[in-house]
Amino acid sequence: MRWTLILGGILAGLAMLAAALSFLWTPHDVGQMAVASKLQPLSGTYWLGTDHFGRDILSMVMVGARTSIAVAVVAVGIGMGFGVPLGLLAAAGRGGWVDEVIMRGNDLIFAFPSLVIAILITAAFGPSAVNAIIAIGIFNIPVFARVTRGAAMPIWTLDYIRAAQVAGKGRLRISLEHILPNTLNLLIVQGTIQFSLGILAEAGLSYVGLGAQPPTPSWGRMLAEAQTFVTIAPHVAIIPGLCIFATVLGLNLLGDGLRDALDPRLKVMQA
Amino acid sequence: MIALENLSVAIRGTPILRNVDLTLAPGQITGLVGESGSGKSMTALAIMGLLPRGAVAGGAVRLDGQNLLTTPESALCRIRGNRIGMIFQEPMTALNPLMTIGDQVAEVLRIHHRMSREAARARARDRLDRVGLPGPRFPLTLYPHELSGGQRQRVAIALAIAEAPDLLIADEPTTALDVTTQAQILDLLRDLVREAGMSLLLITHDLAVVAGIADQVAVMREGELVENGETEALFRNQQHPYTRALFAASRHVPARVTAQADDTPILSVRDAVREYVLARRTTFGPHEVLRAVDGVSFDIQDGESVGLVGESGCGKSTLTRAILGLDPLQGGEIRLDGEAVGPGGAMPAALRAKVQVVFQDPFGSFDPRWRVDRLLAEPFHLTGRPRNWRERVAEALSEVGIDPSAARRHIHEFSGGQRQRLAIARALIIRPRLIVLDEAVSALDVQVRAQVLDLLADLRRSHGMAYLFISHDLGVVRGVTDRVLVMDRGGIVEQGPTERVMGQPAHATTRRLMAAMPEIPADWSVV
Repeated sequence: MRWTLILGGILAGLAMLAAALSFLWTPHDVGQMAVASKLQPLSGTYWLGTDHFGRDILSMVMVGARTSIAVAVVAVGIGMGFGVPLGLLAAAGRGGWVDEVIMRGNDLIFAFPSLVIAILITAAFGPSAVNAIIAIGIFNIPVFARVTRGAAMPIWTLDYIRAAQVAGKGRLRISLEHILPNTLNLLIVQGTIQFSLGILAEAGLSYVGLGAQPPTPSWGRMLAEAQTFVTIAPHVAIIPGLCIFATVLGLNLLGDGLRDALDPRLKVMQA
Repeated sequence: MIALENLSVAIRGTPILRNVDLTLAPGQITGLVGESGSGKSMTALAIMGLLPRGAVAGGAVRLDGQNLLTTPESALCRIRGNRIGMIFQEPMTALNPLMTIGDQVAEVLRIHHRMSREAARARARDRLDRVGLPGPRFPLTLYPHELSGGQRQRVAIALAIAEAPDLLIADEPTTALDVTTQAQILDLLRDLVREAGMSLLLITHDLAVVAGIADQVAVMREGELVENGETEALFRNQQHPYTRALFAASRHVPARVTAQADDTPILSVRDAVREYVLARRTTFGPHEVLRAVDGVSFDIQDGESVGLVGESGCGKSTLTRAILGLDPLQGGEIRLDGEAVGPGGAMPAALRAKVQVVFQDPFGSFDPRWRVDRLLAEPFHLTGRPRNWRERVAEALSEVGIDPSAARRHIHEFSGGQRQRLAIARALIIRPRLIVLDEAVSALDVQVRAQVLDLLADLRRSHGMAYLFISHDLGVVRGVTDRVLVMDRGGIVEQGPTERVMGQPAHATTRRLMAAMPEIPADWSVV
């Protein structure tokens, strides 16, 4: 086991755990404001202190993890759900017009700066978590399409694919039975990385007010609201910032670790 | 002079080499033969000081008295490339695809001598001339992809001899090349050794190659040298039973099987033409067309075994793809048992089920994620999976001599020879009438190859299948085919009964192939 895999797993696991736990229990009610006890430092009652409305930061961070993870999961789901089939299709018809249409369409999406488009979408349809998900999801599609196509192309030249063709199997069936399972390693790794990017993107959109709307807690918006108090109560900004940092770092390490663990070529080098 | 004294290597406690004693004298060619996994390549790595991590070496590797095993890495770096050069099996991957051949050879010289760029270039030119890549046709500015496999191997040799090393190690240098190219590369190596007075350690599994070129031969088995001596004497005496077994296996010819021709030949190729459209030379220029198969016609009768031989690039593989119904033809037709063959859905499953294939590479032929039973059952896609498919898989496994309990295992648990048996089992399972064997035994060790050839002969006898045996190994083709087709530049230049074609070759291509075929002299045998 690589240390990256373990550390990444722990960090990402903590975020998941906090989000899951928040459904059952939070130290305080997230919506509950107590202006009298605003901007409290870390204490026995408020483990991570309170914000400018007197809300418990730990509870908000836990529920905020829910938002971040939900957005990232669905966005990666959209990216994989459309991108992987498109990539497989492009690889199956490599060199033909299907390949060209799919890959040039990808280039088109890639050519737009993703956050600008996300802002455009939320500006047009109103800011909400759902619109943020759709915007981030769309930009995941070409990433997965390219990774899938890139992984599938060399597999198509192997003898076992020719054997499957000799056994009368069509391109679609070969794609599903042989190509997809053999590209899965790479897709899992890419999925982890995209997951962390999704969390980062959601935080960014929420920070500028285009993500989850109040009162739903979100790490990005907590950070935005705290910046005015940074000099008097720095922990209010530092804690959500650390959450984003730790989760993204954890997922990136996990992705790296998984690549090392799943790539048979690296296994050979260690042996 | 290099001497291995009592060399032993163990990796994590498992002994890989045991007490290897070998002297490599200047101007001498030493053949190191053995089967895969016998420790041949590990010996080379031990000499170079490139053992994998976790390997512990004992004994000594002496270069003019200095023990290389105890020499520090920084000093070894000066010795490697400078006094010991190495050539690898795969000329496709041994060169950097992004560097010109001139820069690659010059780089070696610059590393060791801090030579000026111009001086290094001049020396590189000289070395490339020396390995048979003369200036006008092969400028220093060429990239590896612009060269053929044999030419790349020449560049790799130029890299290895750039510093005029004392010892050149060649690890299966010709295994990936066809017979004529192999003969040229071996000639080149022999000349280099004789002229420069260096010693050559030639690692190979091919006894015939060794017989033709080596001064002394060492036979390796499971990490030990079982026999070692002057080439002709070793071949004539064969004192160790293992040497005798290897020798017998390399000459092995399975028992003859007779064909059972009927009115329709199982395969009939008529004026087949296959063209490829190449990229445009200039932006608006016309696409050039390469005619890889040019008007080929031949028949294969039921139960007949036919060989198809030729140099690489002659169109064998392209023709094979068309016969298997994977690629379309631009002219002519291919009929399988009287019905037309075509790519994709154009060919009904029942017709497709009449032909199956076994490929060269036992490692690339199977999906690593599938288990053996599912892999072997894949051709049932053509016929519909019978209810007793598991029994059929077990039956096919026992036919190729593999325990049916292996059905639930993954492919990485099998050796190269076992995988090739599995590939044959997969081809057999739906009882095709024709099996195309595309270099199916080229990658196998001699003893395994002999077993597989026997197996193929037995199966032909019991099931009456026809074989199309594609190979550049003429020795094998001679042993197992009734008729042979010789292919050159997309066309069949000679065909007829194997014995006649190979015994009295009429066409220049056949004669060239026969002359290049490495052979153990007929009188060098004990029995």
